[in-house]
Amino acid sequence: MTASNKKNDPAEIWAILEEVKDPEIPVLSIVDLGIAREAKFTEGGQLEIVISPTYSGCPAMYMLEEQINETLHNHGFSDVLITTKLSPAWTTDWMTEQGRKKLEAYGIAPPEKSSQNKSVLFGGQKQVSCPKCKSDHTEQISEFGSTACKALYRCLDCLEPFDYFKCI
Amino acid sequence: MTETAKNTDLTKKQALVQYAAQIGDNGLIIGHRMSEWCFKAPSIEMEMALMNSALDLIGQARELYTYAGVAGGEGKTEDDFAYLRDEEDFRNLLLAEMPNGDWGDTIVRLFFMSAYNKLFYTALAKSTDKELAAIGEKSLKEVTYHLRFSSEWLIRLGDGTEESHNRVQKSIDNLWAFTGELFTMNEVENILLDDGISVDVTSLRPAWDKIVSDVLTQATLVKPQNDWAQLGGKSEGRHTEYMGYIIAEMQYMQRRYPGCEW
Repeated sequence: MTASNKKNDPAEIWAILEEVKDPEIPVLSIVDLGIAREAKFTEGGQLEIVISPTYSGCPAMYMLEEQINETLHNHGFSDVLITTKLSPAWTTDWMTEQGRKKLEAYGIAPPEKSSQNKSVLFGGQKQVSCPKCKSDHTEQISEFGSTACKALYRCLDCLEPFDYFKCI
Repeated sequence: MTETAKNTDLTKKQALVQYAAQIGDNGLIIGHRMSEWCFKAPSIEMEMALMNSALDLIGQARELYTYAGVAGGEGKTEDDFAYLRDEEDFRNLLLAEMPNGDWGDTIVRLFFMSAYNKLFYTALAKSTDKELAAIGEKSLKEVTYHLRFSSEWLIRLGDGTEESHNRVQKSIDNLWAFTGELFTMNEVENILLDDGISVDVTSLRPAWDKIVSDVLTQATLVKPQNDWAQLGGKSEGRHTEYMGYIIAEMQYMQRRYPGCEW
């Protein structure tokens, strides 16, 4: 079969990429997360999707590449090239406003805006609001959570434990 | 790229391949060590922290090995570097292969390595080699987290009970002889230094000493005064007696079933 692509509408491609969800946080698409950086056609007519990994060892990246390929294929784009770009390094600031809202509604506290002071070694523990009761009266239980991108917190008012999407 | 560097038979291209691979070796070996804690850590939070950090380090190694394969132009993949090289081909720092011991040993090893990694990747992010610089920029975010995690634990253990204080002081004293190697240059680093590709690791020592002194002071622990250093891993692939066991376990599957894939 000859690889070919049907049409050249970037808006349509971005809409298709919205269908590719993070396997660990299925409410977020790779567009919400800021993983999908660019969608463009090469001179040879190949569709190139540029992605930036969240964490170097994130086991979801391989799966996401497969899903991007499969989803685009199902929409008629059979000639797809996926390129990984490490620099500039992915930051939680790339998460869209819509993504942050979806994350909170899902029960995960969204990352702090702007990761400026992460060079600080200690202290300055960020104020994280409980995604359930919105209280600021929370504490960190564990700096590392169920996946590389999350930390574990507990609300001291409603007493619910919750995930916090770490700011990097 | 066929230009031969001074006093050596290695071309710059071969040096670059080895350089990328040896940075990866540090991450793979210490990451493998940390993964040995899986299902055995004292609490689930401690286990998740170690597994997440190990994943970062092994992920960084994958990026570096992949790049080493691309730079070599011989079609080698990350698996060739991780699974099909022998013990003496690995040029990791000896510190990375030290056994897990107790929780204090594991934390001190991670702390010494993370303090080094933070400085190293900050410098690598400015490498004239764009791919290495990109890997450095990415890795820096991750190792900064490792440094914070291990520093906090070091303070907790050092400034904790008499038992935890004494034991973690012993971990520091035991591992100290392996820290001197962090700041030595090997052949490939010297070859790539003039072009601004490799990091001059000798220059990282003062900043590393400061991080270590600051945290040890907060932890009420004492920095050893004896600076005798055990060398050999990074310079000539002469490893400690522990390395063979790591390689045997890590490479077993690929050696037993050559070419097997996920």
